[in-house]
Amino acid sequence: MITRAELREIFANGIWKQNSSLAQTLGLCPLLAVTTTLVNGAMLSLATLLVTALSGFSVSCLRKFIPHEIRMPIFIMIAATLVTIVDQCMASWLSEIHNVLGIFIPLIITNCIVFARIEAFAAKNGPIQSFFDGISMGIGMLWTLVVLGGLRELLGSGTLFSGVESIIPSLSGLRVFGDDYPGAIFFVLPPGAFILLAFMIAAKNALSSRRSDVSVHPVESAARQAMDTSR
Amino acid sequence: MSRDRIHTMRFISPPYLSQNKSVRSLMVKVLLALLPGVAVYACLIGPAILLQMVIASATALFAEAAMLKLRGKPLGPFLSDGSALVTSWLIALTFPPIAPWWLTVSGALIAIVIAKHLYGGLGQNPFNPAMVAFAACIVSFPALMSQWPSVTLDTRFTDQILAVLGLSRNLDALTSATPLDALKTALRISPETPIATMLSDTKIYGLAGGRAWECVAAAYFLGGLWLLRCKVIRWHAPAGFLFGVVALSAACWFFDPGRFASPLFHTFSGGVLLGAFFIVTDPVSGCASDMGKMIFGFSAGILAYTIRVFGGYPDGVAFSVLILNVCAPLIDLLTRPPVFGMKKK
Repeated sequence: MITRAELREIFANGIWKQNSSLAQTLGLCPLLAVTTTLVNGAMLSLATLLVTALSGFSVSCLRKFIPHEIRMPIFIMIAATLVTIVDQCMASWLSEIHNVLGIFIPLIITNCIVFARIEAFAAKNGPIQSFFDGISMGIGMLWTLVVLGGLRELLGSGTLFSGVESIIPSLSGLRVFGDDYPGAIFFVLPPGAFILLAFMIAAKNALSSRRSDVSVHPVESAARQAMDTSR
Repeated sequence: MSRDRIHTMRFISPPYLSQNKSVRSLMVKVLLALLPGVAVYACLIGPAILLQMVIASATALFAEAAMLKLRGKPLGPFLSDGSALVTSWLIALTFPPIAPWWLTVSGALIAIVIAKHLYGGLGQNPFNPAMVAFAACIVSFPALMSQWPSVTLDTRFTDQILAVLGLSRNLDALTSATPLDALKTALRISPETPIATMLSDTKIYGLAGGRAWECVAAAYFLGGLWLLRCKVIRWHAPAGFLFGVVALSAACWFFDPGRFASPLFHTFSGGVLLGAFFIVTDPVSGCASDMGKMIFGFSAGILAYTIRVFGGYPDGVAFSVLILNVCAPLIDLLTRPPVFGMKKK
């Protein structure tokens, strides 16, 4: 089945070493578009987590029956089906947040991280490993988008957790800096997200090189990996 | 060295004339050239500008020292070259003098940390740091960045200082729009009134480019002429920039004098003269060849006028310079001067 060492390796990869946003820099479009608030970033990551986990599991189950030459269309069919299911579930149970995230839920299908993991991991490993790989990649994206969304929300509008009431009605957002915080609109706009993401990547690289657990430059290896899979 | 090798070099070919100029002497001259403008600014608009310059300089020097330390560079030679001071003075002069202190501090931090050192420090930055700071702040805080002290109300020094420290309660009483902004709003409110009638209100618009502001602009112009005479800058970029602004505004003015202000107004208002002599001439983020400098200046002038008149922001100098900064390497590539002794293709 799955050993403890395998599991640790999978989670270390997904959450830190091969983090989808900070190391592989995949799926930047939704990252820039939805991380205007912490809650939006978290919800999109959770939806993506479901898709990566389920698509990894299904592709891995079917990997012996998928002809190598036409694997891409088949992967797309499987992932698109799962994205549609997640999209419809959110539309019925979390309709408010679904309206806010809008097109970016169906667009999870175009997120490179889904195909990167199917192609690089699920097509070569067992179902349980692939399922956990999808979950760990999703968690990696989740914490990155939560931190980025939180920073942008805090600097851009001086709030935290705004919009949480559409998920848990008993909670409400915080106004951290009080009512007369002018709000640095720059951080609400995509350039602000780029700059903050760059600072996060720099911090991650600094921490990694201090612990010297990267043999290759993380962004370089990520770029190479991204070129292998369709972007 | 083969001919191909020479062609790929970006320098003007030998024979060279040696120039006994250090970065520090150039920067000190730029600072000296800014002084008349600063003096007129402090007298006519308010001494708060001096406080802003102190805040900006202190922040910039602190940020410069911190970044140099982080990057493992020697503090002494880089800190005393005066480039951080030029950047911080330009920030103070382009920001509203009654902007709250933290706005100036964040502007100086953005300029030195992000726009200068993260790109590799002095000589490596593709964008003019002061203009990056201005653009980031006007996008982030449009309201605070358009609070200019009213020149008609004769505000007191203490009021301005309180505004900078963020303690002023009746800030609206101190502020008014810049002449450029006022003209834009007036045009929107009453599209039928000819522009000459509006500009005849000398209390706001003065004689050329806005009361008091036209004198500041003229002082920048004098400082710029002195820089030209000292050969710190060359005439190509300022001439191109001013020609771009004047040519396009004259064309619009001839086309419809009722809707467009005269070239004189556009030259003396906003940041045109400061930009022409102190911003477009930035040796790092601008072009290297003379022809390139002219193209750089001219395109920036055209864009500055276009953004100022047809865009949503009060002035276009910062954005036009940033856009042209991106184009500078391409312009340099296309205007490479011929190698000495070779004919032009």
